[in-house]
Amino acid sequence: MRDAGGHRGRGLAKTIDWSLVICWLVLILIGWANIYASVHATEEGSIFDFASRSGKQFVWMISALGIAGLILFVIPPRIYEGASLPIYLFVIGLLVAVIFLGIEVKGSRSWFAFGPIRFQPAEISKISTSLMLAAVMSQLGYRIGRMKDFLITALIILLPMLIIVGQSETGSALVYVGFIFMLYREGLSGWLIFIIGMAILLFILTLTASPFTACLVLVSVASLCICLYSGRFKWWLIICVPLIVLFAFLPDIFSSLAGVAESAVEGEELMVRRPIFTKIKPLYVLLGLTLLSMPFIAFQAFRERNMFTHLALISTIAGIALVFSVDFLFNDVLQDHQRKRIEVLLGMKEDPSGVGYNVNQSMIAIGSGGLTGKGYLHGTQTTYGFVPEQSTDFIFCTVGEEWGFIGSAFVILLYVFLIWRIIKDAERSREAFTRIYGYCVACCIFMHLFINIGMTIGLMPVIGIPLPFVSYGGSSLWGFTALLFIFIALDRNERKYF
Amino acid sequence: MKLNRENKLLIGLCTAAAILIAKLFSIQILDDKYKLSAENNTMVYSTIYPTRGVIHDRNGNILVGNKVAYDLLVTPKEVEAFDTLALCKVLDITPEFVKDKMKEYYNNRRRIGYQSVVMIKQLPPETYMKFAEVAYKFPGFRGQARSTREYPYNAGGNLLGYVSEVNAKYIENHPGEYKSGDYAGMTGIEAAREKELRGEKGYNIWLRNSRNKIESRYRDGEMDKEAIPGNDITTTIDAKLQNYGQMLMNNKVGSLVAIEPSTGEILTLVSSPGIDVDQLANIGQHYKEISTDPYKPMFNRAVQASYPPGSVFKLVNGLIGLEEGVVSTNTLYPCSMGYHFGKNKLGCHAHKSPINFEESIMMSCNAYYCYILRDLLENKKYGSIDEAMDKWNEYVKSFGFGQKLGSDFPSELGGFIPDSKYYNRVYRKGGWKATTVISLSIGQGEIGCTPLHLANLCATIANRGFYYTPHIIKDSEHVTIDPKYKEKNYTMVDTTHFPKVVGGMYRAVNSGYGSGGTASVAAVKGLDICGKTGTAQNPHGHDHSVFICFAPRDNPKIAVAAYVENGGFGATWAAPIASLLTEMYLNGEISDERRYLEERILNGNLLDRVKVK
Repeated sequence: MRDAGGHRGRGLAKTIDWSLVICWLVLILIGWANIYASVHATEEGSIFDFASRSGKQFVWMISALGIAGLILFVIPPRIYEGASLPIYLFVIGLLVAVIFLGIEVKGSRSWFAFGPIRFQPAEISKISTSLMLAAVMSQLGYRIGRMKDFLITALIILLPMLIIVGQSETGSALVYVGFIFMLYREGLSGWLIFIIGMAILLFILTLTASPFTACLVLVSVASLCICLYSGRFKWWLIICVPLIVLFAFLPDIFSSLAGVAESAVEGEELMVRRPIFTKIKPLYVLLGLTLLSMPFIAFQAFRERNMFTHLALISTIAGIALVFSVDFLFNDVLQDHQRKRIEVLLGMKEDPSGVGYNVNQSMIAIGSGGLTGKGYLHGTQTTYGFVPEQSTDFIFCTVGEEWGFIGSAFVILLYVFLIWRIIKDAERSREAFTRIYGYCVACCIFMHLFINIGMTIGLMPVIGIPLPFVSYGGSSLWGFTALLFIFIALDRNERKYF
Repeated sequence: MKLNRENKLLIGLCTAAAILIAKLFSIQILDDKYKLSAENNTMVYSTIYPTRGVIHDRNGNILVGNKVAYDLLVTPKEVEAFDTLALCKVLDITPEFVKDKMKEYYNNRRRIGYQSVVMIKQLPPETYMKFAEVAYKFPGFRGQARSTREYPYNAGGNLLGYVSEVNAKYIENHPGEYKSGDYAGMTGIEAAREKELRGEKGYNIWLRNSRNKIESRYRDGEMDKEAIPGNDITTTIDAKLQNYGQMLMNNKVGSLVAIEPSTGEILTLVSSPGIDVDQLANIGQHYKEISTDPYKPMFNRAVQASYPPGSVFKLVNGLIGLEEGVVSTNTLYPCSMGYHFGKNKLGCHAHKSPINFEESIMMSCNAYYCYILRDLLENKKYGSIDEAMDKWNEYVKSFGFGQKLGSDFPSELGGFIPDSKYYNRVYRKGGWKATTVISLSIGQGEIGCTPLHLANLCATIANRGFYYTPHIIKDSEHVTIDPKYKEKNYTMVDTTHFPKVVGGMYRAVNSGYGSGGTASVAAVKGLDICGKTGTAQNPHGHDHSVFICFAPRDNPKIAVAAYVENGGFGATWAAPIASLLTEMYLNGEISDERRYLEERILNGNLLDRVKVK
C-alpha cells in the first residue's frame, strides 16, 4: 500500500490496532444478538427478517462495516486536521437546521427524516467537536492555562452542547461534560474537576439533606483546602474541626432549646425567649460566622501573597450562592420529566408506576439474571415487554437478564479494555492531534457507558442515551463507528512510519 | 507506576467500572429482592383502581357516591377453547358479540401480546357473581372490580358532570397522567375537581409461571402499591333544595339559581331541562340522546345563557341614579301609560301617577327609569354622551355584569354590557343619543346576562352593597378554596343607597293585591320576602318571565333568581317558582295556603311554547 507521498509504510496487519477492531466487532455482535433477544417475542421472524429490528440492525452493521472500510482505506487520515473547521461548522449548521426542519420524536426535535431513514446530527457532532478540539489544541503554542485558549476551547464544547439542549436532548448534551477529562489530560487544572464535583455534591446534598448540611460540607472542605495549602493543617485540626463538630449538632441544639422555650412559655415570664430560637436558623449562624471570618483570611492571604486562598474564598462564596439557587434551578430551570427522574434517583419520591417504573423494571430484569443469567432468549422480563425501550436505551437489561452477572461484567470489562487501549494508543502517539482526538473518543465512549449502564441499574437518573455499538439504531451505530475508526486510522497513519 | 495524569485517568476509569460492577454484583447476586423463582416466572401487573372522591352537599349528604361494578378482562393469549353459548348466557350477551371481539383480538394480536384487554365494561355485581361461579370454565377471562358513580339524590346533573373513559385525545392533552382504560371527569364539578377526586392508581404484582398460569404474589406483595382513594369534596349545594328546584323547573326552559348572600355560596343551580343523574351514571348509553335533544340539556343555561334581564335591571339603574344624584327617594315622575319622546313612546302598564322612587320599584314603572337613564346619559357632569355611557358601563360592571363572575364553575360565560364604543360602531359616532338606547333603562336592548349574574345582583342588594364571588365548592378537609371567594366585592354605588331599593322590593311583594305591587304572588307570611319582577320582551315568542328575590329582609339567608323562558309576566311563573324555593329553604315546607300555587307550578308545562330548531 502506498500513501500519497509515495513512501511505503509498514503493512496493514502491523499498523492497524486489531485489538480495537476486534473489540468493536464483538460489541456490535453482542448488540445484534441482544436486540434480537429483546424483540423476538413480539416481532415474528428470524434474526435476519428485515421487517424486525434485528434485521434492520443487521443492515446498519453491514453499512457500518462499509463506513469503517472507507475511513481506514479510502480517506487519507491527514485531511482531518485541515478539514476539522469546515466539518465542525457544517455540523453546527445541521444542529441548528434540525430544530426547524427536523421531525419531532418524543418531544424533541433532533431527527432529520429522509423517507424511511432517520438520522440524528447530534451523533456526528461528537466527531466534529472532537476533531475541532484536537485541531485547535494541537496547534503550536496552545496553552490551556492561558485565558484566551481556554475560552476558545470552552466555546468549541459549549456551542454544540447548548444547541443540543435547545433541541430538548439534555441527555446527549451531558456527554460533552466528559471532555473535561481530556482537558485535564491536556493540562487543565485538576481543581476545575474538583470544583465541578463539589458543585454536583452540593446540589445533591441541598436536595436530599438540607441547605445547612450542604453549606457545612462546603465550609469544611474549603477550610481544609486553605489550611492544607498554606501549611496550617494543625490549625485546621485545632480550630476548624471542633467548630465543624459543634455546627453539626447545632440544628439539634436549636430545636431542643426551642422545645424547652416552648414548654416554658406556659410560665409567662419566659415568653420573650421563644422567638430567638425559632426565628434564627442554624444556617444563618453558620453563614454569618463564615462571612465574618472571610475578610481576616483574605487579609492574611494578601500579606502572604497567597492567590490560592483568594480563589478558594471566591469558590466558597460561589458555592453558597449555588446552594441558595438550587431551589430555583431545580424547580424552574429543569423540565418536569427531568426533575421527576432526579427525584426518583435520589429517593426523594417513590414512583414505581410512573418514572420509577422504567428503572424498577430494568433493575428487576437485571437483578433476576443472577450469576449466570437465564440463558439466551430465555429472559422473561425483557421478552414479555415489561422494560420499555429495551432494544435501544435499555438494551443492557437483556444482557443482564439473559447473561447474568458474568455476562454484564464481561461487557463492562470489554468497554474498559476498549477505552484503556484507546488511551494507551493516544499516549504513544507522537502527534498531539491524534492524542487529543483519542482522548475525546475515550471520553465520549466512557460517558455513554457510565450514564447508560448507570441508568439501567439505578445509579444515574434516566437519561436517554444509547450504549455505544450495542443499542439498536443506525444513527448511533454509524456515529460511534466513524468516531472510533477515525482514531484507528489516525493511529495507523503514525504506526506506518515508526 | 508514575502517578501522571494519564494514569490518574486510567485509575478513574477503573474506579468507575468497579462502581458499575459492584452495583451489578449487589443487585444480581447479593440482593434477592429482584430475583424471580427458578421456573422463570414473570410478573403480571394488575391495576388497582382507586375509588373516586365522594361529592357531598353542604349538609354532608352524599350527592355523588361510588358503587362497585366489574370489568370483564380477557387475556387473549390465555384463552382456550370454551363454550361460547354458556358464556353468553351468563353474561347476557350475543354469540356474535363474542365472535366479533375474538376476531378483533386476533387481528390485533401483535399489539396486545401478553396483555389483558377489557371485553365488557361495568358489569353489575349480580351479573358478575353469576360469571364468577363458572369462571373456571373460561380460562383467560377474569373480572376486575372498579367503582362507578352513584347518585343518591336526583340533584344537579348539569352541575356535577359526568365521568367517562378517557379517549386518545384526552390522554394526549394530559401527558403522563392517564392510560387508556382510566376514567376522568369530563364536565361540571367532576372535571373542575378532577385532580382532587381521582386518587392514585396502585397495582398488585402476580407471578406467572412458564405455563402462563398465575401462581402467587410477587414477594408477598412487598413491591405492590396500594391505590390511594381520591379526596372527598364538599359543595355548597343543598341537595334537597336543588332537587326541589329541579322539580319546580320541570317541563320549563330556563334556570333557577339560589345563593347564600352572606357567603356567596351557591345553594341551588338549576338549568332546565337538565341532565338526569340516571343518565349521568351511564353517560355512554345516553350521550347521543342527550346531545341530540332539541332542548339542549347539556347547555348550562344558569351560567352560559345570555338573557335580557328585563325590569329586574331597573334596580341597577335606580342605584346608579341615586349614586349619581340624578334621582332621590323623593323624586316624583309622572307616567301616562309610558314614556313619550318625540313621536315615540316606551309603553308602561296602568298604575297611579306620579310616583316616587320606592313606588317605581314596587310597581315597576317603565317611564320612571327612562327619566333616570336619560338624566344619567345627559348628565352635564360628563363632557359627552360617550363619556356618560362609559361611566354607566363601569357602574354596571361593578355589579359583576358583562364579565365572567369568576365562579369556580367551569365554562361560565360573561354576558354583555354595551359601552360607547359599541354604539359608535352600530350607529356611528354622534349618531345616537339617550333616547336611542332608552330601552337599557328597563333591562332590554343590548344587555345580556346569565341567571347567575341576576342571582348575584340579588345577593348584592341583600348584602346592601357587596357580594362574594358565587362559588360551588366549600372548604373541606382536603380542599381549600381560593381566598378570592372570601373577599367582599363592593359595587361603585355607596352602601347607603341600597336600603332605599330594598324598601321598594319589600313593597313590591308585601303590599297585597290591589296595591299595585307587581309581586304579591310571591308573598309568604312571616318571611319578609323582598323581590323584583321582570318581563323580558322577546320578539320571537312569549316574553320571558323573570324574578329575583331575597329573604328575610334583615340578615337575608337566601337570594334567588328565576328565569323562565317564554313564561310571560314575571309574576306568572318566575315569581311563584322563586318564592316557593325561598319558602322551602327557610321553612322546610310549603304552607297550606300556597299549596295550590305549588301544584300549579309543578304541573305547569311550558315546553310547547319554546321554539326549538
